[in-house]
Amino acid sequence: MNVRSVLTIFIAGWATEALPQGYAGLGTEAGGFSVPELGGQLSFPRDHGAHPDFRIEWWYLTANLTDTGGNDYGIQWTLFRSALAPGEAEGWQSPQIWMAHAAVTAPDQHLFAERIARGGVGQAGVLADPFDAWIGDWQMRSTGEAIERMEITASGQEFSYELQLFADGPLALHGEDGYSVKSASGQASYYYSQPHYQVSGTLDLPGGPIAVTGRGWMDREWSSQPLAEDQSGWDWFSLSFDSGDKLMGFVLRGERGDFTSGTWITADGKAEPLAPGAFYAEALAASDVQGRQVPTRWHASLPEKGVSIEVQALNPKSWMGTTFSYWEGPVSVSGSHSGKGYLEMTGYE
Amino acid sequence: MIRSALSAILSHWRRHPLQLATLMAGLALATGLWSAVQAINGEARASYARAAEQLGTTAADRLAPEGGTITLQQYASLRRSGWQLTPVLEGTVRFKRQSFDIMGIDLLSHPLVPALAEAAEQDSVPALDALLPPGRFFAHPETARMLAAAQSEHPITETDRLPPGVLIADISLASRLLRQPDSLSYLLILPDQVSGLTPLQHLAPGLIRIPARSAAADTARLTDSFHLNLTAFGLLSFAVGLFIVQGTISLSLEQRRGMIRTLRGLGVPMRVLVVLLAAELAVVALISGTAGLAGGYLVAAALLPDVQATLAGLYGAAVDGSLGLRLEWVLSGLAMACSGTFLAGAQALYDLWRMPLLAAPAPQARGQQAIRSHKAAACAGALCILAGIAIIALFQGLLAGFVFLSGLMLGAALVLPLLIATGLRIGARLSTRPFTEWLWADTRAQLPGMSLALMALLLALATNIGVGTMVSSFRLTFIGWLDQRLAAEVYVTAVSDQQGTRLTQWLEDQGITVLPIRRSEIRYKGAPLRVYGVADDETYRLNWPLLEALPGVWDRVAAGEALLVNEQFARRHDLSPGLSLALAPDWELTIAGIYSDYGNPNGQVITSLAALLDREPDIPNRQFGLRLPAEDVPEIVSSIREVFEIPRENIVDQAGIKARSLSIFDRTFTITSALNLLTLGVAGFAMLTSLLTLWSQRLPQLAPVWAMGLSRRQLAGAEILRSLLLAAFTAVLALPLGLVLAWALLAVINVEAFGWKLPMHLFPGDWLRLILLALLAAAVAAALPARRLSRLDPAELLKVFANER
Repeated sequence: MNVRSVLTIFIAGWATEALPQGYAGLGTEAGGFSVPELGGQLSFPRDHGAHPDFRIEWWYLTANLTDTGGNDYGIQWTLFRSALAPGEAEGWQSPQIWMAHAAVTAPDQHLFAERIARGGVGQAGVLADPFDAWIGDWQMRSTGEAIERMEITASGQEFSYELQLFADGPLALHGEDGYSVKSASGQASYYYSQPHYQVSGTLDLPGGPIAVTGRGWMDREWSSQPLAEDQSGWDWFSLSFDSGDKLMGFVLRGERGDFTSGTWITADGKAEPLAPGAFYAEALAASDVQGRQVPTRWHASLPEKGVSIEVQALNPKSWMGTTFSYWEGPVSVSGSHSGKGYLEMTGYE
Repeated sequence: MIRSALSAILSHWRRHPLQLATLMAGLALATGLWSAVQAINGEARASYARAAEQLGTTAADRLAPEGGTITLQQYASLRRSGWQLTPVLEGTVRFKRQSFDIMGIDLLSHPLVPALAEAAEQDSVPALDALLPPGRFFAHPETARMLAAAQSEHPITETDRLPPGVLIADISLASRLLRQPDSLSYLLILPDQVSGLTPLQHLAPGLIRIPARSAAADTARLTDSFHLNLTAFGLLSFAVGLFIVQGTISLSLEQRRGMIRTLRGLGVPMRVLVVLLAAELAVVALISGTAGLAGGYLVAAALLPDVQATLAGLYGAAVDGSLGLRLEWVLSGLAMACSGTFLAGAQALYDLWRMPLLAAPAPQARGQQAIRSHKAAACAGALCILAGIAIIALFQGLLAGFVFLSGLMLGAALVLPLLIATGLRIGARLSTRPFTEWLWADTRAQLPGMSLALMALLLALATNIGVGTMVSSFRLTFIGWLDQRLAAEVYVTAVSDQQGTRLTQWLEDQGITVLPIRRSEIRYKGAPLRVYGVADDETYRLNWPLLEALPGVWDRVAAGEALLVNEQFARRHDLSPGLSLALAPDWELTIAGIYSDYGNPNGQVITSLAALLDREPDIPNRQFGLRLPAEDVPEIVSSIREVFEIPRENIVDQAGIKARSLSIFDRTFTITSALNLLTLGVAGFAMLTSLLTLWSQRLPQLAPVWAMGLSRRQLAGAEILRSLLLAAFTAVLALPLGLVLAWALLAVINVEAFGWKLPMHLFPGDWLRLILLALLAAAVAAALPARRLSRLDPAELLKVFANER
């Protein structure tokens, strides 16, 4: 028994009990936690910070980068907050648990690391204003207004990176002003993104430091019960087309049928929510990753916008072998539109 | 030829079965006591190692504060600099009247987590409840049973992958119970750190890094002295047992000189004979060694519960109750038996080797030789004593103390025959009647055969006097100290802080002085240190057992500018009044005094309660000492019970606590007195065997005296008288030796072993009893040969004149 499975027992105790209702326990009852409400107004910078009354929350940054030689890379910086009980308390009594994942992906390598820390004692947390999210020495910190300019750092045994972000477009609120429905039976989360980051900085890989530039996308989401009971995982696309338009689309896989939704973000930053079923995606080919069959080539379409594309993983082996394991990696887009993006797939256990 | 020679050699034992029994019994005793002590030590050490491993302390280096505790802020900032650390908060919690050691860990990151998670999984409990109030304990089944009897609020997961005596809980529960929301005892440095981090010594200069292995050796180091003590006792018993063995081997070889001469005359080479004799000894050693091991195992099993109690009481070290059988223990026991036998037999075999082919067997002549060897032995003895003194003058430490003691004891034993011989010569010179003159002279002639038994008696008596004086002095001091320390008439433990506050108010309304007993636990140089806050009250001024103090000590403590430290802490860190001590980086106080604090393995300091509360307002407020006239005690106790819901066992009067403390004390020294008694028994047995083996040789000396007209009854009386005389001489010499031993134990060994120096008290009554016991043993030992003598057929005595042997 390794430490990872142990952690799963402790922090995901509720998850293992609740399974198979959804990935990472997201299908469980709200039990005393706040739930997202339609019409609840998001307010910034307050909502860049943590919402301890909700069960789960994340700050999820991905970026597609290129070095001076034209080689592609992807990076991930994610901070999860998971509450054992609603609310916050002093010191060790805090029921908040923080977990972070960082990864660097290149066509031939995928390096990742994980950090876990308890809340309440200062080793991990998120402040809204000035924005600062950290766990240990990993940090995502504002260097300007709100989250417009940021600096992120993370390091693992074999890699580290230090990147500057500058948002050249507005926030995109998903669903109805940030109220994003996740199932036909009405499960929802608060969900917004900042998909317009220019990124530059340095990746430190086993071969040495590499200067990179590119585009980044940050997702912010919190909820207490975002999945329906029959839903077991999702396939999530965040794609930036060369035209400047962007597409966030997801498929929540359920026993009683898949639920798809998403947001079309125009080149000037306007977010248009997609009706359920408007977006769809089907797997074209699967790869054997860590003993699992994971689809790494997809066909996705959004007929109302004339989108019919093929999405191909930069590195099919982008498996995050962390406490909760999933596939997360950069993708390239071809077909009706071309571009780059990130794909996340969960529930392929 | 070899077979015939062997059967001739072995036939000796057929004719002297008692001698064989003595030899084997002596060897078995020596091996048995030694192995018993080794088994106990081995079990305890294995237990510590297991505990350290089970607690995960061997898995990672530790980062411990030089003094005080680690704050959460400090921990968080180390984490934020990239170090992967996991926090530990240790302390003691009380449920009902019982104390438990608790180790609070972060259940998300501590190396112990796999074992706990596995246990939780087997228990099929929701693991999550360990992290949320009320919180869950993890404990060894034995400890879990005790805990379950004392509390029911927190569920317990039992797992034998934890050592007994410690509760593991998530740090959230531990910090709640210990009321230390903001402090940590130490941090474990997890493996797999990212490279290129700022070194810890730069980030946290106040924290010291303790390597994993030495952190695990904490208990072992603390209890080393105890085990060294036991080892010394074991070695002493072994030595005393070997005296018996040596005596018997010499005698058996001497009695076989005639036979050996005959065998050599028949053409058996000396080399073959020596090999045969050595083989005979080896077989005897193996058989007796095995018997000794079996006995030793039983003795160890019988003593282990007391050792457990001692270790738990003195050092807070938990030892498993079961005794395992280890191969290395068996092998080392047998090796000790064999090497001991050869050591004991070497001289006799060497003498045999050098014996001229046709030398006449002449045991009588050995008397002259013996006087020369007495002088040589006395010189060697004096050298041993001097070497011991030199060692203790030059070196410090427990080992030097034991070397001094061994030098002293061995030296005194070696000097003994010369001293007795001199005494006997003086006695002979003073006597006027022929019979007494003969008695003195004959006693002296017997001395060579008796001297080893007498040495054993000397060592046993001196040890008994020394250890007895040490324990009794300690007990007396301890009782006096209890009187001072437990000055309050009644001690009450409230069930909650709120109740504590109400109780204080209520008692003060009755006009009773309430002395709160409040403490916080920190770490100083990696070891636990308890900081007590005391109110400014004359109870302390009048009674507290101060050993050394600056003028105005209590005023300075009350003003919050000074503290008192206990003796063991002062000795451990070389502190003295006037120096200052940093309890935390920003909290440095002058040491105003040192107080005695017996029976406590850990450091302790006392400072003003107000000053302590300023820094740690949340420390528990549940224990109180009450000052009131003694006659009011029963009434107040019963009215406290009426007004407050305080369990009966939470209210203890002074006499109750004293009785409990003394019973713990007495239990602590059970093992010491048991070993003491066993050593004395071995020495008595040595006397008996010497007299029994000598007796058969004495006929040639007694026959002429008998022929001159002394009756057999008179001869028998003389026999007993002689034995008494020798025992009395030995006892008189053992007394000063025992007192020096007591001094060394109190002033050297105790200081090193426990950290406290004790005044020496003299107990002449005990000595008298011991000397009488020794005389009684001598009389009993002589009684059997004397009885045989008085009933001896005169024909046997006449035979002496017919054929010399």
